[in-house]
Amino acid sequence: MNALRKLIIGDAQADRVVPPSGFTAQLTLFVSGAMAFLCVFALALSLASGRVANRWSDELARAATLRINAPAEQREAQTEAALKILRQTPGVANARALTKDEQAALLRPWFGAGIPLDTLPVPQLIEVTEDDPGYDAQGLRLRLQAEVPGAVLDDHARWRRPLVDAAIALRRLGVVSILLIGGAMAAMITLAANAALAANAQVIEVLRLVGAQDGYIAQAFVRRFTLRALSGAAVGVVLGMIGVFLMPEASEEGGFLTGLGFQNWRWLLPLIIPPLAALVAFFATTRAARKRLGELA
Amino acid sequence: MIELENVGYNYGGGELFSDLSVQLAPGSFHFLTGPSGAGKTTLLKLCYGALTPTAGRVRAFNMDVKGLDRDQMAYLRRRVGVVHQDCRFLDHLPVVENIALPLTVSGRGLSEEQANLQELMNWVGLSERMDALPPELSGGERQRAALARAVILSPDVIIADEPTGNVDWEMSQRLLRLLVELNHMGKTILVATHDLPLIRAAKNQVQARVLRISNRQLISAGADL
Ligand SMILES: Nc1ncnc2c1ncn2[C@@H]1O[C@H](COP(=O)(O)OP(=O)(O)OP(=O)(O)O)[C@@H](O)[C@H]1O
Ligand SMILES: [Mg+2]
Repeated sequence: MNALRKLIIGDAQADRVVPPSGFTAQLTLFVSGAMAFLCVFALALSLASGRVANRWSDELARAATLRINAPAEQREAQTEAALKILRQTPGVANARALTKDEQAALLRPWFGAGIPLDTLPVPQLIEVTEDDPGYDAQGLRLRLQAEVPGAVLDDHARWRRPLVDAAIALRRLGVVSILLIGGAMAAMITLAANAALAANAQVIEVLRLVGAQDGYIAQAFVRRFTLRALSGAAVGVVLGMIGVFLMPEASEEGGFLTGLGFQNWRWLLPLIIPPLAALVAFFATTRAARKRLGELA
Repeated sequence: MIELENVGYNYGGGELFSDLSVQLAPGSFHFLTGPSGAGKTTLLKLCYGALTPTAGRVRAFNMDVKGLDRDQMAYLRRRVGVVHQDCRFLDHLPVVENIALPLTVSGRGLSEEQANLQELMNWVGLSERMDALPPELSGGERQRAALARAVILSPDVIIADEPTGNVDWEMSQRLLRLLVELNHMGKTILVATHDLPLIRAAKNQVQARVLRISNRQLISAGADL
């Protein structure tokens, strides 16, 4: 805890003992900026594909409907026949005719309350819930055609199943990308820290001669790299968030692609990227310094 | 303060010296002399723990130097002020900050020590050159800056390796006076040098013992200098 405080507040004098080294500083800034930028998109991607997967799989569960368009006197019989067929069809978990009230409720938004359902040629609706794996839609259609002429199978949600799988895979890819970005950043910063430690071997030697402990020397480097990663990542996140913000609004038609943004409080999520980047840099540099100082006996 | 008992050292080739014993008593003043390559620097490094002996034992402040871990070694460096043969500095920091470096790395605030630092700069005659960078200093100025850096933590022991190596006679007299002053303050002093006139000059000012490395042995040099 104390070490962390010292790291953040720092010691102006201690900061000066290591000369500012150009290229490792810029490398660290650039790498953390770029990685944070990519991380924002990976995060947006996995959140958006997560959202899509959830919404679409809800719709899938609601499954298909069967409409019976038949003259009033045949409607009852055809409904019965259709239900019978559906119950015999493998892959159908449940089939249920909607009641008059339920149908009225569905139509109310269009026709207002108090519609005389009995006098209108409204088709009877049957709700079909699928098993996993589902039924053979083609076969079911053929059979219905033959036995229940007024039946129309509407399985609009079915084509989305592969898309849901794709969305879930995409979310997984997003998470893996974030982990890879973190790993790549740790590797690059380790490299930069090692370069800085090697370039400053003389400085380290002088510091040791005057009685500096390894912890003190390591801290001088660690603090520098941590702060650089923090500021680089902050810039990267801001740019990344602007990029995401400039994406078109989510719309029905655009579906997935235009929904690649953050929603409400999730806009705060990218803000944890800079502290995480700082943490990665902290551990990477600490490890590199420990190792290096151990070797420079 | 520092004791060497039957110490031997070799860098991997032959023995540089062997079975060498000496004690630096508190408040004593020692010169170490001998031909170039005899092992003067090596012996000093053994004294302040930069090297560990390949034979025998070195004790500093009653601790075996061999058993010290890295942090303890750092503390030892703070208790022994060293002026190295090639006085190295941090070239990107001004002289005054280089001299204050032992304070900085031991976590002491510079502000409290400001008066002390100023006095020290005056003492070594560098108050005009405070803000110069080390590469801009002359040889004598470097030596004095190194001496100031070695004493800023007020160590009990001061070890100097050829402190007058590349300065003229007048400057070497000045450096000698600083060392003698430190000895009068009660510091234990060990100076390696092959500057025999300097040793002779010192003998008029201080009770100094002269040690000579020759033929891998340490001998007490007599009045024949
Ligand atoms: N790191 C090292 N590795 C191998 N040999 C070394 C090393 N340092 C010194 N030597 C050798 O050990 C011997 C003694 O070196 P040292 O520096 O102690 O001599 P010195 O008496 O201080 O000489 P000078 O008066 O020139 O400063 C020399 O022959 C030197 O070449
Ligand atoms: Mg030498």
